[in-house]
Amino acid sequence: MNKIFEVPLYPYERSPDQDALEPVRHPVVVVGAGPIGLGVAIDLAQGAVPVVVLDDNDKVSFGSRAICFAKRPLEILDRLGCGERMVEKGVEWDLGKVFFDERQIYEFNLLPEKGHRRPAFINLQQYYFEEYLIDRVRELQAEGAPIQLRGGNKVGAIGNHSDHVHIEIDTPDGPYELQADWLIACDGAGSPIRRMMGLEFVGQVFEDNFLIADVIMEADFPTERWFWFDPPFNRGQSALLHKQPDNVWRIDFQIGWDIDREEELKPENIDKRLKAMLGDDIKYELEWSSIYTFQCRRMEKFHEGRVIFAGDAAHQVSPFGARGANSGLQDTDNLAWKLKLILDGKAPESLLASYDAERIYGADENILNSTRSTDFITPKSETSRVFRDAVLDLAEHHSFARPFVNSGRLSVPCTYDGSPLNTPDALDGPPRSRPGSPCPDAPLGDGFLLDKLGDKFILMTIDAEAPESIEEDGVEVARLALSASDDATGGLAARYLGGAQSAVYLIRPDQHVAARFPEFDEAQVRFAVRRATGKE
Amino acid sequence: MAKLTLTPNIAGADDFYAELIDAHEGLSKEQSDALNARLILTLANHVGDREVLSEALRTAKASTKA
Repeated sequence: MNKIFEVPLYPYERSPDQDALEPVRHPVVVVGAGPIGLGVAIDLAQGAVPVVVLDDNDKVSFGSRAICFAKRPLEILDRLGCGERMVEKGVEWDLGKVFFDERQIYEFNLLPEKGHRRPAFINLQQYYFEEYLIDRVRELQAEGAPIQLRGGNKVGAIGNHSDHVHIEIDTPDGPYELQADWLIACDGAGSPIRRMMGLEFVGQVFEDNFLIADVIMEADFPTERWFWFDPPFNRGQSALLHKQPDNVWRIDFQIGWDIDREEELKPENIDKRLKAMLGDDIKYELEWSSIYTFQCRRMEKFHEGRVIFAGDAAHQVSPFGARGANSGLQDTDNLAWKLKLILDGKAPESLLASYDAERIYGADENILNSTRSTDFITPKSETSRVFRDAVLDLAEHHSFARPFVNSGRLSVPCTYDGSPLNTPDALDGPPRSRPGSPCPDAPLGDGFLLDKLGDKFILMTIDAEAPESIEEDGVEVARLALSASDDATGGLAARYLGGAQSAVYLIRPDQHVAARFPEFDEAQVRFAVRRATGKE
Repeated sequence: MAKLTLTPNIAGADDFYAELIDAHEGLSKEQSDALNARLILTLANHVGDREVLSEALRTAKASTKA
């Protein structure tokens, strides 16, 4: 059987750039065709910014890798034109069960709030995720969008100049050179670009190993997330069982620090672990296995001159909470519109400082949460283990102890409190939609609010008057006129009005709130637009 | 009737838990045990209510392993 991750989807092809006498200059070159590189490239191309993606490989992710995609990234993918396909293929889940020793100690339901287009989570193999993004690239190319994907293109060296980046590329046909106004490095945790630039990537190393076994089996386990602390089949360690599409099950065994990797990865040894867990008569096919260790760390700054870092290249977290790929897509969501405004001459280069400020804030939140989960799953001291086990014992009988149980705090988008782009809150509205927040979705007629936001600045008025559009220093803002009565469920009013009678929201192209007011005041709105584009 | 609160009652449970574990950072087992003892006595005094304290003792003791 041909697995999708064994098929070259963007094989090397000679580009006319390789025959040019002088290095050809492109506005944006993206290095790395993983979820983050493809995401930012699609975002830019949709905004008519020409973009070239380079990758030394020509296939999607080998093995399932990232499998858990959260609501906010799905909303971003809707904006990128490929959310629906991900959700159709993905496995939705709400219920989680926690086991300790031989007992189930409790279960939890994510109980997603109603009135959102997208679910709290889907599970989907990273190879499908990347395949669908590549299909979207092909779709855009067919529409004539300026996006190129070059496989077999390995960046060998870069020169970071004041107004461009010089790039040396190796290919099967030999080397060639390019220039880019901006280079976006999405080349993963081991980022070769970061290393070429000698930039630091420091943080905490966790002395532990996890064995992933992705198995295909006909099992009648429900579509739930099962997590074990100290189970009989993996004493003193943890384990996780999670369902992916096509009857693929992710099984994750914590195996400790002092191990023999080769030995552990032998199919017969994986088989022993699986049988101890699932019973001797289990029938399965091993699709992929891997051993991973992890660190929690980030770069000091996310851009250096004309080179910008996104995703794992900029920050790395433990896998607990699914905060890797999910936060990487939030990087690109944050970056693409800012870079487009800068390239169009509608915002100063200094607007990029807000990419650092906002996404470092996000990275720190993700690192904090995933570090805490790791410390709970792998207590670092005897006392820490005593408390952990006490929490688990109490959680079986008393709900008060359950909030302390931490097998991963699942990825939620961060609110950019204190961002230099925010205008101080002027509305007596709900805290969840204060300046800096990602817009909560809400039902709207036959559809949803978020489908009407994004890609450009929007002035959303709820039972308030305002001009149909305004332009401030080249930045266009279009009005979206709504009334609380547009949503009979009351979701829109609850999420955006609270106690207020009317509201005017200035919403960024990445669907985050920049400012909000009780009614339209031209001077205030113009100030907020300037501030949100780095001009105040 | 039970007066002991057994439903979640701490806002920011993760923050508190991290602070609790951090307080033990770098301590020996003996030092940690002593810190726990002082902490229990301090909290018990804050609770004050004898009935609640007895119920808390019974609740904690119920999970003791053989």
